[in-house]
Amino acid sequence: MSIIVENLTKKYGEQKAVNDISFKIETGEVVGFLGPNGAGKSTTMKMITCFMAPSIGNITVDDISVNENQSLIKKKIGYLPENNPLYFDMSIVDYLRFTAEIQGVSKSDIPGRIGEMIELCGLAREKHKNINELSKGFRQRVGLAQAMIHDPEVLILDEPTTGLDPNQIVEIRKLIKELGKQKTVILSSHILSEVEATCDRILIINRGRIVADGTSETLRSQADGQESLTVHIAPLNEDLEKSLLGLGSVEKVSAIEDKPGFYSIQSKPNMESRKAIFDLCVKKKWYLLEMTGIETRLEDVFRDLTN
Amino acid sequence: MKKTWIITKRELASFFDSLTAYVMVVLFLGLSGIFTWLVGSNIFVNNQANMGVFFGIAFWSLFFFIPALTMKMVAEENRLGTIELLTTKDITDGQIIRGKFFACLILILISLICTLPYYITISQLGNIDDGAVIGGYVGLLFLSGSYVAIGLFASSITTNQIVAFLVALFIGIFFHLLFDVMGTSTLGILGSFFNYLSMRVHFDSISRGVVDSRDLVYFGSIITMGLYLAELMLSKRNWQS
Repeated sequence: MSIIVENLTKKYGEQKAVNDISFKIETGEVVGFLGPNGAGKSTTMKMITCFMAPSIGNITVDDISVNENQSLIKKKIGYLPENNPLYFDMSIVDYLRFTAEIQGVSKSDIPGRIGEMIELCGLAREKHKNINELSKGFRQRVGLAQAMIHDPEVLILDEPTTGLDPNQIVEIRKLIKELGKQKTVILSSHILSEVEATCDRILIINRGRIVADGTSETLRSQADGQESLTVHIAPLNEDLEKSLLGLGSVEKVSAIEDKPGFYSIQSKPNMESRKAIFDLCVKKKWYLLEMTGIETRLEDVFRDLTN
Repeated sequence: MKKTWIITKRELASFFDSLTAYVMVVLFLGLSGIFTWLVGSNIFVNNQANMGVFFGIAFWSLFFFIPALTMKMVAEENRLGTIELLTTKDITDGQIIRGKFFACLILILISLICTLPYYITISQLGNIDDGAVIGGYVGLLFLSGSYVAIGLFASSITTNQIVAFLVALFIGIFFHLLFDVMGTSTLGILGSFFNYLSMRVHFDSISRGVVDSRDLVYFGSIITMGLYLAELMLSKRNWQS
């Protein structure tokens, strides 16, 4: 059940929303598309789900090309579009029955599937309500339920947690993690912590291109070549910055604004300066009040890559 | 066909849930009833046991009602984004459009069936030409089919229901009235060409109780063309660049 994307390009007029991207997703992976707004995440998803045809390139899902047999691919994929559009005039049960029928779930299985989805997505108390009476969080669950009603092998979720409150976000993430154990899941987001919390693998997309691909650890360690530290040294003196720079391993020293005595220090590539700083303080009889190593956050990696 | 019917079922349910269906039936019956029985050159003024008056009224009221039914069909799905939900499921664009087409047509059929008491009443009043009545109803159905197809096309080119309504009326008025006027005011080949395009000519011909293959080809082509164009506009997202 692998998804292979080859040289995918989508043009809107002159602009290339997706520009020659290729990647492969294996069965059972939970993959996060990460990128700023307008990076091409949704467009890529729309092409995988057969909503739009690619301008150039090919996508195969389980060895079936989107240019050949869309019907087969659509059956294998469950899709939650951005902004979660729904028929507001239908009740949850009617709506789920409608999607199940379209997706070709056999008549005898439909009531069972609807029951399972209502259970799984926690909709039991609301099931006879009309969709327009539901809060945003519940609508999102209905969106997830309709995506999974035909038990697809692949789930594609476009920004599944936008507009939810923090409790709901945690619940939906838990649900996605749970689903990821049996299914291939692709989700998109521009919230880093979300992708980090739910995905095995991250694809960072910017301006229609893939700029990074890997687990959150590999992405961090790639950017982690240089050690960063924050130190607090007393007493204040003018000699401090110069002496720190004088250490062989230090590349950059800058005073932190509004916090006298605090400095942020960057070591030269592949060098370590904590011991040297300690020795320096001992030698000069300064007090080293604080020294913290800064782990590179995914935010920084992201900002580096997409700016 | 099964998938088409799923869409038809949903659209019909939505007509009845949103009261659209009831409003449509009540308005249609009310309008045609008033003009057939009470005011203007009604049946008693004509003093003839035929349904010509009713068919004349329905010819116009359907022309206005149908765009109101079809305007939201695709435009609303485009606006809300539910079209993305629908087209990424195991169903083709053509099935979606045809499903909506049949839903509208069935609602109109229901309205027409509700006018059968008119026929029963009139047949009590005198000798009625059954062939002409059947022809009239068949004519109205073909006419409705044509306007539904045009309405669906109009709805598929926009996300705004009002625009869809007006575009449907604008295209419709050519077939409904203007080609007729152009046909009578121009001579020669052009005149007969416009005449052929006029809905009234074909409607009158069918409602005389004569089923002519030219009329069937005419209505069939408008319906096919409308549905094809609607489907084309819906699948535009694929080749748009």
